[in-house]
Amino acid sequence: MMTGDWLDIGSVDQITPGNARTLPVLGGEEIAIFRTTSGDFHALVNRCPHKHGPLSQGIVNGGVVTCPLHNWNISLKTGEALGEDKGCVPVIPLKVDAGRIFLLRDAVIGKRAA
Amino acid sequence: MEFQIGTEPMAGSEETIFVPADEAREHLVVIGNGMAGCRAVEELLARDAGRYRVTIFGAEPHVNYNRIMLSPVLAGEKTFQDIIINDRAWYDDNRIDLIVADPVVAIDRSARTVTSQSGRTVAYDKLLIATGSDPFIIPVPGKDLPGVISFRDMKDVDAMLDAANRGGDAVVIGGGLLGLEAAHGLTLRGMKVTVLHIMPTLMERQLDEAAGWLLKSALEARGQTILTGADTAEICGDGKVEGVRLKDGTLIPASLVVMAVGIRPCIALARAAGLEIGRGIKVDDHMVTSDPDVLAVGECVEHDGNVYGLVAPLWDMCRSLADGLTDRHTGYKGSVTSTKLKVAGLDVFSAGDFSGGEGCEDIVLRDASRGVYKRVVVKEDRVIGAVLYGDTADGGWYFDLLKRGEDVADIRDLLIFGQAFASGGGALDPKAAVAALSDDAEICGCNGVSKGQVVACINAGACSLDAVRAGCKASASCGSCTGLVENILALTLGEDVQSGPKTMCKCTSFGHDDVRREIVAQGMTSIPEVMQKLHWSTPDGCSSCRPALNYYLLCALPGVYVDDQQSRFVNERMHANIQKDGTYSVVPRMWGGLTNPRELRAIADVVEKFNAPMVKVTGGQRLDIFGIKKEDLPAVWADLNAAGMVSGHAYGKSLRTVKTCVGSEWCRFGTQDSTGLGVKAERMTWGSWMPHKFKIAVSGCPRNCAEATIKDFGIVCVDSGYELHVGGNGGIHVRVTDLLCKVSTEQEALDYCAAFTQLYREEARYLERTAPWIERVGVDYVKARIVEDDAGREALRARFLFSQQFMQDDPWAERAAGQHAELHQHIAQVRPLETV
Repeated sequence: MMTGDWLDIGSVDQITPGNARTLPVLGGEEIAIFRTTSGDFHALVNRCPHKHGPLSQGIVNGGVVTCPLHNWNISLKTGEALGEDKGCVPVIPLKVDAGRIFLLRDAVIGKRAA
Repeated sequence: MEFQIGTEPMAGSEETIFVPADEAREHLVVIGNGMAGCRAVEELLARDAGRYRVTIFGAEPHVNYNRIMLSPVLAGEKTFQDIIINDRAWYDDNRIDLIVADPVVAIDRSARTVTSQSGRTVAYDKLLIATGSDPFIIPVPGKDLPGVISFRDMKDVDAMLDAANRGGDAVVIGGGLLGLEAAHGLTLRGMKVTVLHIMPTLMERQLDEAAGWLLKSALEARGQTILTGADTAEICGDGKVEGVRLKDGTLIPASLVVMAVGIRPCIALARAAGLEIGRGIKVDDHMVTSDPDVLAVGECVEHDGNVYGLVAPLWDMCRSLADGLTDRHTGYKGSVTSTKLKVAGLDVFSAGDFSGGEGCEDIVLRDASRGVYKRVVVKEDRVIGAVLYGDTADGGWYFDLLKRGEDVADIRDLLIFGQAFASGGGALDPKAAVAALSDDAEICGCNGVSKGQVVACINAGACSLDAVRAGCKASASCGSCTGLVENILALTLGEDVQSGPKTMCKCTSFGHDDVRREIVAQGMTSIPEVMQKLHWSTPDGCSSCRPALNYYLLCALPGVYVDDQQSRFVNERMHANIQKDGTYSVVPRMWGGLTNPRELRAIADVVEKFNAPMVKVTGGQRLDIFGIKKEDLPAVWADLNAAGMVSGHAYGKSLRTVKTCVGSEWCRFGTQDSTGLGVKAERMTWGSWMPHKFKIAVSGCPRNCAEATIKDFGIVCVDSGYELHVGGNGGIHVRVTDLLCKVSTEQEALDYCAAFTQLYREEARYLERTAPWIERVGVDYVKARIVEDDAGREALRARFLFSQQFMQDDPWAERAAGQHAELHQHIAQVRPLETV
């Protein structure tokens, strides 16, 4: 479904706290949507800046996800690698409205660039 | 374009949206995606990241890699992945357009465009030529035969590896740095190698006769044939290389010929564009060519009459170039170079001028029994050259003296003995040697990092070797300067290197043992409760402490504590092993390593049905199915369950496998039924979570075919009973087991196994294997608890079996039945609406 500039990708209860779900984008990069234990939602490109591990499969603690491949810690808010590691993964703007999760349409589709 | 959200399978036409060009910025086009071109862009980005829009053309189909590390790749010490300098993400992050496998074939300076082989024309504001050099091919008959290659890029390395796989003889033409590294790699790969060198001395441009002779003897001792003064007449062969004939008539058979006689600046493109050319593309101190909008850098340039073929000058050139492009104009003043041969075990170093001549004095030290030769050339009280063989530790110091032009009159007598003596410290302290180096002394030759840069990186917060490697790349490539970097760390930080209290993680001030003790003492039952009562400094822990706490609670409260899935590493949450591409591998349990046609058929069917690209027999005698997508895992498990198979827990900090040999049932040497005992042990222990992975093996006789003495718990059957071994490990640090005791019945062997397993579960720290645990507590302690304390052993065994009641549910069956389906399914999918 589409609502103006935002894509409705589902209801909030489809993601349990501390978990992530994936959103494949045909012709673009897969997006990971996270729900922290404190109830915040974040969306990142599902691809660690280090060796492209699927961040959706990592352990979420606070506002950080730990990549399952080599334990890089990535900020869910900024997409930046934390600690000594350097790298950044694109953040997809997200809002929650009336129990639904919305992603900024251009940011989702923008991932389709060549 | 319209988009829709759908949960049906993705379909539809691929469309491409091009990012609109950022016309506001000047466009810098770089010809050459090699070390010089990319380093120049890196330096530029470091100064002013937003100034230019950058497009890089590369002839090779790769991202930017470290060409000087091709030798270790050939030698099998590194992989291509290891030598990548900038991966795709770097180009993406810096919004650099990278065009690979499409070399630029023409430059139109009046239109200010370049045109590539595929016909792509791109306009530039500034053009940077970094085409490097081409290998020089000697013009002899047969030079174009298949099997004649150079040693310049990854394609050449692949061709050499391919030839080495077929075995046979190789001839390397050229006894310089590159040729000898090629010969070394091919020798390690099993080929019989002959090196042909036209000059009387190997590496004559870098070594004097004495060092060249020592090097030749050392290479011959490694099985290479070295022919000096060998002039190639022709390469013979009918349709492919068969041998090399020398001018004196000698014929050397070969299925591979590597030409490594030298390199020439690659200047054809620049010449065709009408730029001023000498031996290379002529540039000024700011790396600008005769056209002010065209720059050039690296091995393709000629600066002040000099052409360079080594990596170090390139770092200097790129700094000056980037300064010029950002209006700072420092200017390149030429480079003094040093050379190190990258052949493991052979230490060769040379720098500067050692050809001798008027006013030059040689200081020489030889130690024949140690194979050491050192020669330092001094002119007017200054070091102008050095050749070191066998002991190159002082190479950096001599090179530093040389570059700085320091007056060495006062230390001349001790100069040859190296820095430790000459500096007057007397003691041979490597730290003092590093302390004495100047800030601009080069530490890491592979990445061009000076001592000052390493110190700056440490002062900016890097307090471990890994942090320095991540921060400034020093010692991140060949690693030969690791010792230097460690000394700089120690000098800069003193006692603070990588140290600190041994807490569980940064979230708490408690150690593992303290946390465990408090969990039991205070009767804590959940992770949030532990974090609250023990004053965790983070809201919900981190990826280190959460899995540990989850395990400690699980172990302390069997049947009561509810496993926290969010505290499990991905493999334990998905019940499969994640692979580098994000797919999973699946290992069904085969009790004791036994299988049958039904199981094999089910595995074969799964492999075909889900297009698994690989099936492999594991070290633990199981079959591993690779390349399964997370969405397909439940269906794979359903199929395997249907054939009676359960999870093999190849992914867990848990009992992995019980490996067995065939034992007395079949083997003429077998003393007991090792397979039967192995199956019983696996039925007893499977499904149990542990501090770390846990492996068991049962061998039917002391020949020990099941390798029981490198397992966490190993049983070796003998005529009179069963030897029980503990604490073995076949991993990074191989450790042979300690003998725990000998028992006489199979039941006793199982009872001791259960008791030992429980002791490990209750007392080892999370992620501590049995080997380091036993080294920490001592095998005598384990014997006291398991062998000497009958009541204690029985209690441990009882606690293990009680806990196992709650552990032995097949996690696959639950998932196949639909539990936690959200872990396997996408939330939705985005695809474009069909466009007509």
